[in-house]
Amino acid sequence: MTAKPSAESKFERQGLTDEQLVAMLRVMILHRTLENRGFALNRQGKIPFASASEGHEAVQAGAAMAFVRGKDILVPYYRDLGLDLGIGLTSYEVMLSLFARIDDHSGGRQFPHHYASKKLGLYTISSVIAAQTSHAVGAAYALKLGKEHGRAVLTTFGDGATSEGEWHESVNFAAIHTLPIVFLCENNEWAISTPLSAQMGQPDVYKRAEGYGMPGVVADGFDPIACYAVTKEAMDRARHGGGPTLVEAKCYRFLSHTTDDDDRSYRSREEVAERRKDDPVPKFERLLVEQGVLTPGALDELKASILAETNEATDRAEAVPYPRPEDLFSRLYEGPWEPWQ
Amino acid sequence: MAVATSSSQVLNNVEAVRATLYEALKNDDKVVILGEDVGSRGNVFLITKDFVKEFGTERIIDTPIAEASIVGIAVGMAMEGLRPIAEIQFADFIYPSFNQIVGEAAKTRYRSNGEYTCPMVIRTPYGGGVRGALSHSVSVEALFYHVPGLKIVVPSFPADVKGLLNAAIDDPDPVLFLEHKKTYRLIKGEVPDGHYVIPIGKADVKKEGSQLSVVSYGLYVHWALEAANQLENEGMSVEVIDLRSVRPMDRTAILQSVRKTRKLLIIHEDNKFGGIGAEISAMVAEEALFDLDAPIRRLAAPDVPAMGYAMPLEEAYMSSPAKMADAMREMVKF
Amino acid sequence: MANIPTQVRKSLERHGLSDEQLRTIFRTMLLQRQLDNRGFQLNRQGKVPFALGSEGHEALQAGAAMAFNRGKDILAPYYRDLGLSIGIGLTPYEIMLSIFARAADHNGGRQFPNHYSSKRAGLMSFSSILAAHIPHAVGAAYALKYRKEAGRAVLVTFGDGTTSEGEWHESMNFAAVHKLPIVFLCENNQWAISTPLSLQMGQPNIYKRAEGYGMPGEQFDGFDPLATYDACSRAMERARNGGGPTLLEGVCYRFLAHSTDDNDLTYRTREDVSERRKDDPVPRFENLLVESGIMTGEQVAAMKQDVLHETNEATDKAEAMPFPTADDLYKHVYEGAWEPWQ
Repeated sequence: MTAKPSAESKFERQGLTDEQLVAMLRVMILHRTLENRGFALNRQGKIPFASASEGHEAVQAGAAMAFVRGKDILVPYYRDLGLDLGIGLTSYEVMLSLFARIDDHSGGRQFPHHYASKKLGLYTISSVIAAQTSHAVGAAYALKLGKEHGRAVLTTFGDGATSEGEWHESVNFAAIHTLPIVFLCENNEWAISTPLSAQMGQPDVYKRAEGYGMPGVVADGFDPIACYAVTKEAMDRARHGGGPTLVEAKCYRFLSHTTDDDDRSYRSREEVAERRKDDPVPKFERLLVEQGVLTPGALDELKASILAETNEATDRAEAVPYPRPEDLFSRLYEGPWEPWQ
Repeated sequence: MAVATSSSQVLNNVEAVRATLYEALKNDDKVVILGEDVGSRGNVFLITKDFVKEFGTERIIDTPIAEASIVGIAVGMAMEGLRPIAEIQFADFIYPSFNQIVGEAAKTRYRSNGEYTCPMVIRTPYGGGVRGALSHSVSVEALFYHVPGLKIVVPSFPADVKGLLNAAIDDPDPVLFLEHKKTYRLIKGEVPDGHYVIPIGKADVKKEGSQLSVVSYGLYVHWALEAANQLENEGMSVEVIDLRSVRPMDRTAILQSVRKTRKLLIIHEDNKFGGIGAEISAMVAEEALFDLDAPIRRLAAPDVPAMGYAMPLEEAYMSSPAKMADAMREMVKF
Repeated sequence: MANIPTQVRKSLERHGLSDEQLRTIFRTMLLQRQLDNRGFQLNRQGKVPFALGSEGHEALQAGAAMAFNRGKDILAPYYRDLGLSIGIGLTPYEIMLSIFARAADHNGGRQFPNHYSSKRAGLMSFSSILAAHIPHAVGAAYALKYRKEAGRAVLVTFGDGTTSEGEWHESMNFAAVHKLPIVFLCENNQWAISTPLSLQMGQPNIYKRAEGYGMPGEQFDGFDPLATYDACSRAMERARNGGGPTLLEGVCYRFLAHSTDDNDLTYRTREDVSERRKDDPVPRFENLLVESGIMTGEQVAAMKQDVLHETNEATDKAEAMPFPTADDLYKHVYEGAWEPWQ
């Protein structure tokens, strides 16, 4: 995995080392492999549901690289598998979530990919769109109040979430109080079946920033390095008292919304195929190989190790028991709960 | 008659809320207050008057007019270790935050299997009899008490306000703290000095009696007591229970009293259909039907959306000590 | 005042308004202030429990009302829109019925004052809840578009505080997506009860939010009824002719406390207010009309006398009306008779 110095000048690596670039690629491939595994398990009838994030690999791996583990806070949404992996979630935890096993973060209570880990700085979320945005702002307020300089909150959402009133209220509040937070919109152009053109009156989410009084920036969401760069700059600004930023990464949702959705009812195969040509995963693989960051052989090894990891995580998680009926009443309140039966 | 002593002082309910919030801010710098007009205005009832001067704008946060985010931001603060006390200016304005209260705060612990918790208080003035019209007078407790994960407190005496607000602030789970706005300045009482806690979920027998159990909360506890005292002069003995919390609800206290008096009258300001009284009636019917000597009765507001502004409309909506006394007499004589 | 030189007359930018229309605007402004003050007086006399002030909004509301086509357009106002409501045709008597909460009030005495609802005037019913009416206005605009009622538009108004509500955002967005015939008019009076604009948003210009929704945004002097009329009439014309929504921001000031239940000295100084009073739109417009020769001083005095007389008459007539009764309690909960579970 040694880089050819001559290739260095051909691409803008934004200060990322070879090791970091490969780490990003690993997150992207792992993201896709785990996700495809979820769909496969669903087709096999082993799990009832999986949600998809193909097309989001670059923005998520890039943004994760701008996240400082042990310091920053991530308030994600349910389509952030890659981001969660990128900040330290393991494949095993992902599989526990898919299988809804007792050792899952939520004890098998939530849909897949709704994690909660204080260790990782990963906030619990519900499936309700934009409900997490105000939580992220509250956490950022706590950081500011505690004068915890050098820490920031990264919160993510899709384009559809920007239409929610709670999103507006939250972004507005963050601007008033110059909070240490980055609002990262993963604009994949589709909210289940609703295209961006039916979601908002103009197509650029970042243009809303000026109306709140914060910087708005846009990046190619298929380019992990570009996504890293804009997120890093915004997170650094947030960490050092510069206030919030609205970042928009333009990507695309290649799959249906979830295993319960059939996107053929609302968009053509041709549209998806056209966008697939720009698929960020093979594109980034090619870039790193071309630039000599990674040899073809090393890439094959990387993929094989990811597949092995996914298989192992799948088998291990599947063997873990489900939650028990008596878990129904646990952790509703602190302490024992005597329901009115 | 409330008399101040060396270890207590006489406060009204506004002063009790204010004094308790003040102590909480003073004792714990994790406590922050956020809401509309809580800063320089000091809340529309002057509950947080001058707090901003002492505790600063960072802890006494004048929010934009955005109730969903007032609660949602408090959820995030709580998850990050602060002790937020969110204020909804009037309970009538709480609806945009319904999702954050019911869908988020009440489920945070459960959905993360205990990893994250949401220790926060949502305070809001509710209730009528103040010419508040359709949008400054509603009771909202029945809309929320259906929700596991939430605690709902409705104190009506200054000493209870302090003890329960302390309990709510200390509580590891989200608490909706409802303050009847007509009692704010009307009701005065002795409040012990120093920090004390009244457990959430414990009712209080405000007047002992043997012929009828009256269960109520909020402003109507005071009116029920007035009516019960009147009946005492007529030789009838009525027990008045102040629920103080509607979730969790004190089943033991209700059943104990009902098994003693063998008659139950539930009184609340909210309308009857699907109200707090419906749950109490069902519970007592399940647990103590054969201990009853009379059908359970509910005295509640007319089934209309809210009380109107014009005086005759408000009077027709609200009960009164006289109407309560009538219902009590009928029950005792049954 | 007949000796006003011609060039001064020309200096008044009348935006196509006739002398008659200019006088109408001024009369609406005078009447708004008179009725507003009457509400506060009645409260001090103990005759009504509550009144809401709108002093400082006269120019904005009278100017906007002139851009409203009666019998065609729809108004979705908020509770500080006394002048706008009069300007589109409500009578002082209706205002007084509302203040006195009489049975003959639009809402049968159910709502707070200044919460009207009149199909005759094209005025939609609304509650006291901020921003709750914005989606209603958008829904009405959608209906106009759906029914292809070209030449009609919705005017919806709100204060600066309301722009922070999620429902405001959701409504703006929807109107832009569907290019609806609607004008969003923000009466930015700088105060939401005690909350100054600086704590309401991260930058001070509401109209700048327009671009993010994909609609035009424009700001104007809300103390100038003619600038207001100009901006509103252009935006309403665009809306009526398929050009979609506009966000307008009229910058004005709230001279009085939020309501009779508020004491604004707890959060701002007398000096803050008196400084802004120097620019009071009512005397300002009066001077302009007189200096431009549109009205003589005598005509102004006569108009003021007339407005006072009309207010007195409306007050007496409304006060003499009966309250609603307990029998009215169950009316209009549903259509038809309602047999509640008592």
